[in-house]
Amino acid sequence: MSNTDALIKNLVEKHGNSRNNLMPILQGVVREERSLTEEAMLKVAEALDISSAEVYGTASFYTFLDTMPRGKNVIRICKTITCHMKGKDEIIEALEKELNINVGETTSDKKFTLLSANCLGWCHKGPVMLVNDDIYPELTVDKALEIVQEYAHNSK
Amino acid sequence: METAEAKNFKKVDIIFECQDCKPIEVLDTNLERKPDDIILDIIDSGLKGRGGAGFPTGLKWKFTKNETAEPKYVICNADEGEPGTFKDREILDRVPEKVFVGMALCGYSIGAKEGIIYLRGEYNFLLKDLNKKLEKFNKQLKDRNLDFSISIKSGSGAYICGEESALFESMEGKRGEPRNKPPYPTTEGYNFKPTVINNVETLVYTTMICNLGPDKFKELGTKDSRGSKVFSVSGDTPIAGIYELELGMSLSTFVEEFGDGDTKSVQVGGASGHCVPRKYFEDTIIGFEGIPTGGSMMIFNSTRSMYNVLHDYLEFFTEESCGQCTPCRVGCQQLLKGIEAVKRGERKPSYLDDLKKLASNMNLSAKCGLGQSVANPFNSIVDNFREEIIY
Repeated sequence: MSNTDALIKNLVEKHGNSRNNLMPILQGVVREERSLTEEAMLKVAEALDISSAEVYGTASFYTFLDTMPRGKNVIRICKTITCHMKGKDEIIEALEKELNINVGETTSDKKFTLLSANCLGWCHKGPVMLVNDDIYPELTVDKALEIVQEYAHNSK
Repeated sequence: METAEAKNFKKVDIIFECQDCKPIEVLDTNLERKPDDIILDIIDSGLKGRGGAGFPTGLKWKFTKNETAEPKYVICNADEGEPGTFKDREILDRVPEKVFVGMALCGYSIGAKEGIIYLRGEYNFLLKDLNKKLEKFNKQLKDRNLDFSISIKSGSGAYICGEESALFESMEGKRGEPRNKPPYPTTEGYNFKPTVINNVETLVYTTMICNLGPDKFKELGTKDSRGSKVFSVSGDTPIAGIYELELGMSLSTFVEEFGDGDTKSVQVGGASGHCVPRKYFEDTIIGFEGIPTGGSMMIFNSTRSMYNVLHDYLEFFTEESCGQCTPCRVGCQQLLKGIEAVKRGERKPSYLDDLKKLASNMNLSAKCGLGQSVANPFNSIVDNFREEIIY
């Protein structure tokens, strides 16, 4: 049994195999693997006894249920108006340069994916970014670089 | 504009106040009362939903209680996605017990056994602490022999799931596409069963009304807008943050307190709200008789381009439209392309009037609040800052 199969089996056992539990199961896979592969979605469909189209339909609707391969750490920089006003463009530019990728791309070592996101709910403390589930408000270019370097160091 | 007289600026401390109010004691006192008496108090208080739409909370509870279908559900809508709003996160972080008690009192009043908090995925970092506190709270409910428990379901980054029927779909493991209404949630909500769905802040106010009594709450605000409200203040202000204020103040009073002295306009109610230019500050009342708001107040000073502001909003709606109905899916895209074309000079300035008609049509024909409300920012910004859109 592959790692993904075991993960899905555990998640289905934990949450139950009813349709209502599709989201927590998909969220559980993304938490561990950062994205949903075709195999994973087929497996979930089988476990919940629903069509794989239903699983893909749900997964592809939600921004955080990625169906594209993602890096070990997913960075989401808020691009909505107040973070825009407070300088999110400079943060994005600096991180693009640091990671040597553009927004929407993943580093070749698969450590980082850089994305922009709609309002993250920290408008009074922008600019702000999420790295995986962790939030980093009141960013400066230096602070953002330091945070990303720390993640790079910790995921060696 | 409005003719009603504005209240003075007044800071209030009900939501975050912790000194005198022990949420669990509020629960104990009120569990000795009849469910109908609690509902009557909430109706009497005049509390309207604090998520933005403003439906009377007590009536929601009453309608759901009157339904015969079982089981019934209490849902806390913590899918706070409106740009410029961040108060629900702060409430859940600082006074979650007040939210839990509001849910438990609602469950007791309407006869529900299950409460669920739908927390937006962007706030997953709150999960660990919230789950720990919920575990303790659920045990306290059990000790009191109250057949009610609360759990959390997470969202996954879709703004539309803040719309109540989309939220139910999402909780049922489906795409977050809004349903046709009616039926309303009070008859067919989560799992198509009778459901009370309230915003985080609304639930805290129900706890506090049960604690203070409806009269104390009614002393605040105006006839149409009872009580106070938590505002999320951001943008060009030296004191961005969260403030609980009495409803019914004028926008000029607000700007005097929060502006940086150079305020050009205020976006009241988030991206889906209205943009009010300086000349209307005096006559605009913040409340249900003027401009209602979920609490988002974004302040722009004279250095900001209102074209950029509108462009940001339209990009937001284009990405967050669920794509289910044509007016919203295509409308948002065309409004965005339209202002870009006018800016580049590829379209005449008068094209903006065609776009305004499109926005108004979306208001009439879109299936849910998302598509319907795009006309609010679009028409108010184009009407008041036309030159900035064109040149």
